Amino acid sequence: MADLSVDFAGIRSPNPFWLASAPPTNSGDQVQRAFDAGWGGAVWKTLGTPIVNVSSRLGGVGYGAQPLMGLNNIELITDRPLSVNLKEIAQTKKLYPDHAVVVSLMFNERSEWEDILKRCEDTGCDGVELNFGCPHGMCERGMGSAVGQEPKVLEELVRWVIGATSLPVIAKLTPNVTDVVDPGLAAVRGGAHAVSLINTVQSVIGVDLDRLVPLPRVGDASSHGGYCGPAVKPIALRMVAQLAREREFGIPISGIGGISDWRDAAEFIALGAGTVQVCTAVMHHGFRIVDDMIEGLSDYLDSKGMGCVDDLVGAAIPGFREWGDLDLNYHVVAEIDEATCIGCQVCHVACHDAAHQCIHLPGVAAIPGHTAPMAARAAAQATSASPDAPYRVPWVDETECVGCNLCALVCPVEGCISMVEKRRAPETETWNDRVAKGTDHVPGGLADLDPRRP
Amino acid sequence: MTERFDLPAGRLETRFSDKAPALSESEARREAARCLYCFDAPCIRSCPTSIDIPTFIRKIATGNLRGSARTILSANLLGASCARVCPVEVLCEGSCVYHDDGQPPIAIGRLQRHAMDHGGGPELLPRLNAARPGSIGLVGGGPASLACAGQLALLGHRPVIYEKRALPGGLNTTGVAPYKLPAEDALEEVESILALGVDLETGVEIGRDLTAEEVLARHDAVFLGPGLGPDSRLRVPGEEGPGVLGAVEWIERIKNDASYSLEGITQAVVVGGGNTAIDAARELRGLGVETVYLLYRRSAAEMGAYRHESDEALRGGVVLVEDVVVTEVLREGDALSGVRLAEAQGGRATDVEHGVLPTDLVLLAIGQSKLVELARSFPGVEVDDRGRIVADPATGRTGNPRVFTGGDALNGGKEVVNAAHDGQAAARAIDELIRDGGPRG
Repeated sequence: MADLSVDFAGIRSPNPFWLASAPPTNSGDQVQRAFDAGWGGAVWKTLGTPIVNVSSRLGGVGYGAQPLMGLNNIELITDRPLSVNLKEIAQTKKLYPDHAVVVSLMFNERSEWEDILKRCEDTGCDGVELNFGCPHGMCERGMGSAVGQEPKVLEELVRWVIGATSLPVIAKLTPNVTDVVDPGLAAVRGGAHAVSLINTVQSVIGVDLDRLVPLPRVGDASSHGGYCGPAVKPIALRMVAQLAREREFGIPISGIGGISDWRDAAEFIALGAGTVQVCTAVMHHGFRIVDDMIEGLSDYLDSKGMGCVDDLVGAAIPGFREWGDLDLNYHVVAEIDEATCIGCQVCHVACHDAAHQCIHLPGVAAIPGHTAPMAARAAAQATSASPDAPYRVPWVDETECVGCNLCALVCPVEGCISMVEKRRAPETETWNDRVAKGTDHVPGGLADLDPRRP
Repeated sequence: MTERFDLPAGRLETRFSDKAPALSESEARREAARCLYCFDAPCIRSCPTSIDIPTFIRKIATGNLRGSARTILSANLLGASCARVCPVEVLCEGSCVYHDDGQPPIAIGRLQRHAMDHGGGPELLPRLNAARPGSIGLVGGGPASLACAGQLALLGHRPVIYEKRALPGGLNTTGVAPYKLPAEDALEEVESILALGVDLETGVEIGRDLTAEEVLARHDAVFLGPGLGPDSRLRVPGEEGPGVLGAVEWIERIKNDASYSLEGITQAVVVGGGNTAIDAARELRGLGVETVYLLYRRSAAEMGAYRHESDEALRGGVVLVEDVVVTEVLREGDALSGVRLAEAQGGRATDVEHGVLPTDLVLLAIGQSKLVELARSFPGVEVDDRGRIVADPATGRTGNPRVFTGGDALNGGKEVVNAAHDGQAAARAIDELIRDGGPRG
């Protein structure tokens, strides 16, 4: 059994699964129940100068029959008095000494930061997370993502905090920037012990088409919110990986963004995250989901022969490269398994209308000279099948197939379409190799339109 | 109750509940989201009216219920009743590709009902102004005539339906199993068709109240959609008298006649092996008749009924007796007491007696006669040796260029969806005929 316990920038946790600073970590009762359910850590709902909230606050977007593919909110930081929060933090840490209790903070003035940090230290908490990410409501007041979007301000703020406390400090970054590496490196320069990302993405979740008001509706209007949930996971993965592979970076990353199960968590860890933080999946299903996360990650590490979480951290980073470093001689073509194909022909219409017109229906003749191993069989089957049970398995023109994956992605049958490797050449050659060798000219450009040009 | 047609309260059919109840909004959306949206979908090919099923299902998934209903109705004006009465198990749902993946097929029938219940009726469809509006007389007010008349009205013509009964709708009103479609809902669909601009004259029987010549003289073209005639009889001793009814006639009574009751009937027999026999047997059980025997002259495997329907009947407690023939109906005085059975071989009675079965009711579901005389009263119209009207299958055009046909009178007895297809195909042919200036030729 793999050891799931982690030491994240000096914060110890029985496993890498933390609750993100959000509604699930609003109170001591919730955090304590989460720890009982198996969560390794929790980042308390952000403390700051008291605020008021609006009603309603959340909006969701589903896909097909699934609700909450994405969730957006216009809720602000904690709406409970600091005294109550600090008391419950202290109580929670006392009851759960082995769990990670991290306090999220968002303040304006240096004196305020210094004051709250002392009070946090008094609770016995394990560390603080600086909320430089909240993209709605607070940023208009010069906090949250307003800081995260200004690397110089972020660096300075981190420096204040580092100077004022001995606690481990995590800077939480916003994805609402052009290049997340800039604020990431600013956090390093300021002395942060770790970063966490991503906070929510600025968003409008939808429009009430009856009232013609954006959602979530607050009377006759709405405001942009912060978007999270499974839909943002790919954005978050890329940002985490971008920082993890940056040579000058080098501090731990807590990955956040649409993590719902052990597989999501493993992917974040493989791309450089030392812990993961979860919010939307808990808002959807409750604390109980952590059971599957612990079990699944543990079994996965075992299956890979990895003894601890650290063995997985960043394991996929060497494979995360610039486009120019990808092998141009690697080539795959689609192969449709006749035995499991159910004949929906969704691959055909997708390829025909939106890809490279290389998946054909049975009965269509193959182009002479093209490689199409199943064409003849499809033609024969189409002819001999009874009208009551027509033969509907499409076939692939391998000569035309560019290996885009679209057919395999739309196929409803697991494993029916596979992308089979058919290298163009045994040796590796990247675009950057071609540039270096001066063989990067691709015919068909402007020069070829004008034969008088040399 | 519909606005125009009155159905009395207390009819036996009102005791049944839906076999396939309406889907809730969330059930419908969830089921619609399962649809794979196949290309050249097999379900479309299996539908006699070629409804673009994946498209109407996608529109349910997107919340476009009006558009969904429009997609259905543009292919089949009787989309509402077909959603309820179609044998989807052997048509659209039977060909769903999910079967090949070991998963249940999409609930196409129930989704179609959802779209029809909530999306709207044929008033959603575009209407044309015919350059030369024609007058068309339609004989019979069942599914074939309704589909034909509705289509003609949409094309800008003036159809008039002659129905001999007090209520229109044909078998949808009088004959469909109550747990699939109650008469009330059938009549609602009829009203939606009439509202397109279709005139209806009830209580008018061609040959009794109007002659074929009169109909031909009144109209530019005629559509024959009379369906089938009365139930066939056994022609055995004791058959005439109380307690022996044709199954179609009996079903009509439980659906439309509030004075009919099953009081005192605890055991019944149904003779036959087709879908009408199965329906009648299931309805008897559903109405609380304790013992229901289904007497069939061949083996179970040879029954004409759909397998899914006969299985359902047996699960519901109907007792099947194979390879028997009724040789005599037994009576005590005038009252029915039982049937005498002989063993059958290859569907024919042998000399071997099988025994006597006591019963309070005998329903005959051994076929229906054909309305041969009615068909032949129209000059040029011929019937084949099985009593079916001879016509071009693509247009329903008979030997008389002004007379068209469709539905059971043409195919000998099939589904509502076949009648709907025939009626609409004939409507397009009639429209063409009138546009070409060919009427009254």
